[in-house]
Amino acid sequence: MNELATLPTTRDENWRYADPAWLASADLAQLNDWREIAVPAGETVCEILSVESGAERLRVHVGQGGRFELFAINAAGPYARAEAEVTLEEGAHFEFGGVTIGGGKNRQEFVTRTVHSSPGASSNQVVRAVQWGQAVGNFLGRIEVVKDAQKTDAAQNFRAILLEKGASANAKPELEIFADDVKCAHGAAIGALDETAGFYMASRGLPPEVARKLLIHAFVADAFEAIEDEELRGEMLAKALNVLDEEAV
Amino acid sequence: MLKIENLHAEVDGKQILNGLSLEVGAGEVHAIMGPNGAGKSTLAYVLGGRPGYEITQGTVEFLGQDMLELEPHERAAAGLFLGFQYPVEIPGVSNVQFLREALNAQRKARGEEPFSGGEFLKVAKEKAGLLKLDMEMLKRPVNVGFSGGEKKRAEMVQMGILDPRLAVLDETDSGLDIDALRVVGEGINTIMRAPDKAVLLITHYQRLLDVVQPDFVHVLAKGRIVKSGGPELAHQLEEEGYEAVAA
Repeated sequence: MNELATLPTTRDENWRYADPAWLASADLAQLNDWREIAVPAGETVCEILSVESGAERLRVHVGQGGRFELFAINAAGPYARAEAEVTLEEGAHFEFGGVTIGGGKNRQEFVTRTVHSSPGASSNQVVRAVQWGQAVGNFLGRIEVVKDAQKTDAAQNFRAILLEKGASANAKPELEIFADDVKCAHGAAIGALDETAGFYMASRGLPPEVARKLLIHAFVADAFEAIEDEELRGEMLAKALNVLDEEAV
Repeated sequence: MLKIENLHAEVDGKQILNGLSLEVGAGEVHAIMGPNGAGKSTLAYVLGGRPGYEITQGTVEFLGQDMLELEPHERAAAGLFLGFQYPVEIPGVSNVQFLREALNAQRKARGEEPFSGGEFLKVAKEKAGLLKLDMEMLKRPVNVGFSGGEKKRAEMVQMGILDPRLAVLDETDSGLDIDALRVVGEGINTIMRAPDKAVLLITHYQRLLDVVQPDFVHVLAKGRIVKSGGPELAHQLEEEGYEAVAA
């Protein structure tokens, strides 16, 4: 499935926001080397990912009534991509929470392809991007609902905060639906940190850097809300915000 | 406590404040009334230091400091509280977290020890009780899903917790029903009526002034104070209208 015969270029839809320089010198064999995960029927697998430089590709099959959870922080560069191709059997669920966070010239992206291959499966994807400098945060999310996959419930939400002029974000939701009784929701928004909230918080005595951190904390938290283990949720948040402390201006 | 002299300010290149002068002493409550567009909210924002409000002339002295030199958060730490006409919603940040961070940031700036979680909650509970705001509301994100009246009461709970020297309250009475108005007014009295504190009440209506009785009333029109007097001036305004009184 989807073996690449030649190196992709940014003309390929799936790679349109990728770093051309990185692509030109990428290793084709490595790109074709997907990590395979099989979630047995009725079971839950939770994958925690710290995305590293380069491309990491996951191919996941979720058996009937199974659940696959993926929570990822992408703070790497200069080009860092995490890709997941998830096929859902009847009644299975895919939960994805991802955060891209970084500055400099980092190009950070999540790419998902969710295949609702049977009826009654659901998926929920929440991606948050926090970028500064000239960094770029991307989310390309493709949802496919095959002809018989009635009662599919798929949701996708992407929001980006750009802390400085020069940073950018790209959202590319893609829905391919061949069943008629489905619920598919997607939303994307890109903006700056809320200045009104910033002034409100300052008027209560919060220095700008503290106010900003609180706002970003709340923003990023959306992506990890679905993590049930409170301790893990806290760790993921702290890890993401740490990047802000260490690198943001 | 607060001394404003010949203040000129503009927003988006449009002059709004036009030589406003006003002095507020410790222990005093001043009411500022005036028609829409007179510059009431601009005055509040200028005092708070909102970005985009440019001061072109004049001075503001607060407790002996040049207030215009201070950043908004420094003004708060110096003892200023700005009650917003439209309190801002902050999704994902709980009132408790927000206010504890804010209070401790102010205390830190003043060289005071931070409040522990327990100490903070005790104060928060007391102030919420004063304003008849359910403590559960304070665990929710700041102003998110609050009704207009709840937002205004939450503002006053914030004021109680932060315990400022000077409160500038911008139409804190708008959006309140009669009962809530009384609760909020009495809250202002309890929190701010003290010899070392002062209040600048910006309002359209007499009704809040029946509860929080001002010592001085000023009429703001076209960006400056055009008339000042005692509490009787508010009654006169109510009866005769701004145009007749301010002309």
